[in-house]
Amino acid sequence: METTFLTCIMCPIGCNLKVEHEGKNVISVTGNTCPRGKVYGTNEIGNPMRVVTSSVLVEGSKNGSVLVSCKTAGDIPKAKIKDAALALKGVKVKAPVHIGDVLVRNVADTGVDIIATRNVE
Amino acid sequence: MLNYDLVIIGGGPAGMAAAVSAKDSGIDSILILERDDKLGGILNQCIHNGFGLHHFKEELTGPEYAQRYIDMVKERGIEYRLDCMVLEISPERLITATNKKDGIFQVQAGAIVLAMGCRERTRGSLNIPGYRPAGIYTAGTAQKLVNIDGLMPGKRIVVLGSGDVGLIMARRMTLEGAEVLAVAEIMPKSGGLQRNIVQCLNDFGIPLLLSTTVVDIQGKERVEGVTLAKVDEKLKPIPGTETHYDCDCLLLSTGLIPENELTRNMGAEIDRKTRGPVVTKEFETTIPGVFAAGNVVSVHGLVDDVSKEALIAGKAAAEYIKARA
Repeated sequence: METTFLTCIMCPIGCNLKVEHEGKNVISVTGNTCPRGKVYGTNEIGNPMRVVTSSVLVEGSKNGSVLVSCKTAGDIPKAKIKDAALALKGVKVKAPVHIGDVLVRNVADTGVDIIATRNVE
Repeated sequence: MLNYDLVIIGGGPAGMAAAVSAKDSGIDSILILERDDKLGGILNQCIHNGFGLHHFKEELTGPEYAQRYIDMVKERGIEYRLDCMVLEISPERLITATNKKDGIFQVQAGAIVLAMGCRERTRGSLNIPGYRPAGIYTAGTAQKLVNIDGLMPGKRIVVLGSGDVGLIMARRMTLEGAEVLAVAEIMPKSGGLQRNIVQCLNDFGIPLLLSTTVVDIQGKERVEGVTLAKVDEKLKPIPGTETHYDCDCLLLSTGLIPENELTRNMGAEIDRKTRGPVVTKEFETTIPGVFAAGNVVSVHGLVDDVSKEALIAGKAAAEYIKARA
């Protein structure tokens, strides 16, 4: 059995996690103060996941905004972060855009959409 | 001259929460004065996530967190003026401000909540020798350039200081195609959150060099490189440990300071340690009827805490006004 020590990244508390596992098979997660920590610790050993935030170009904004900020609607595999960032290059959307609007479907084949995190009228 | 029961200086998270709280405590005559062209303050450029877990029980990005409060301000019909610079506040709570539309104008306030936030420490306060080439930015300025204006401050980057803004920007610049060569931190330990070291540096293989600082910046017109060196326990560079990095950009993330020019000029007592005004547990400064909340009081790690504090300050300001009505 192996033991891996991690810092949970789910919130600013940053709990120190102790994960006991055999290869990618997680046996126990301790040190977490909430259920999110257990999920993070488990994923981090087998298949690390991240939310990616970025921005894309926007056209036709009334107040002169050139960018609309965005994020993956959920976690994507850590290994896909760069692919997702590259997929946003050159994307241009038209105003108005509102929080939660889908800007890119299935980014980098992750099955996860890119959604707006800012209102641009 | 305008007259309001409550005037709030700053329309960021602290100012908006104070306004909402005062309104909900029964004060109708409220005016927010904001310097930027929109409400939201620094949250507008903080497009990363991790906000709101405590306050809203969900994980939001900065602009989403800001929008929650912008909506609350608008739903309540609270007045605000944008592009508006407050120049002076008298101890009698007479505010002098200016904007493009109205020119210079004055507002008499029954009570005030100061919510001006904080500013970044600049190169000037760091004593780094060398020329003054282009390509040296505070991390927050770079954040605005990248996330609001759509401009890249450089392609090969060294970050000095491991505050959270610097760590966040190391990741942001990497995702936008720049190469972040290193984050140098003069102290033996990073001042940033461990989670940011994990997800902003380790995820991208960016080295964090502790007990290391910039000893020279090369380039006359534009940054061409920086020299980093290890420091001893007294934070003095150790000769012989210099390493050169070819880069076109140096980002500074070396701390935040509460923005209290107005507060000081009013004559409110400033705490030497926090560099914010001395406040009661109701967030009243040493000037009666003048309250303060958020990063203007002390630099907070979490916006959730700012909102919580500003709700208390807004309510206390409302009580002050009602007691004198």
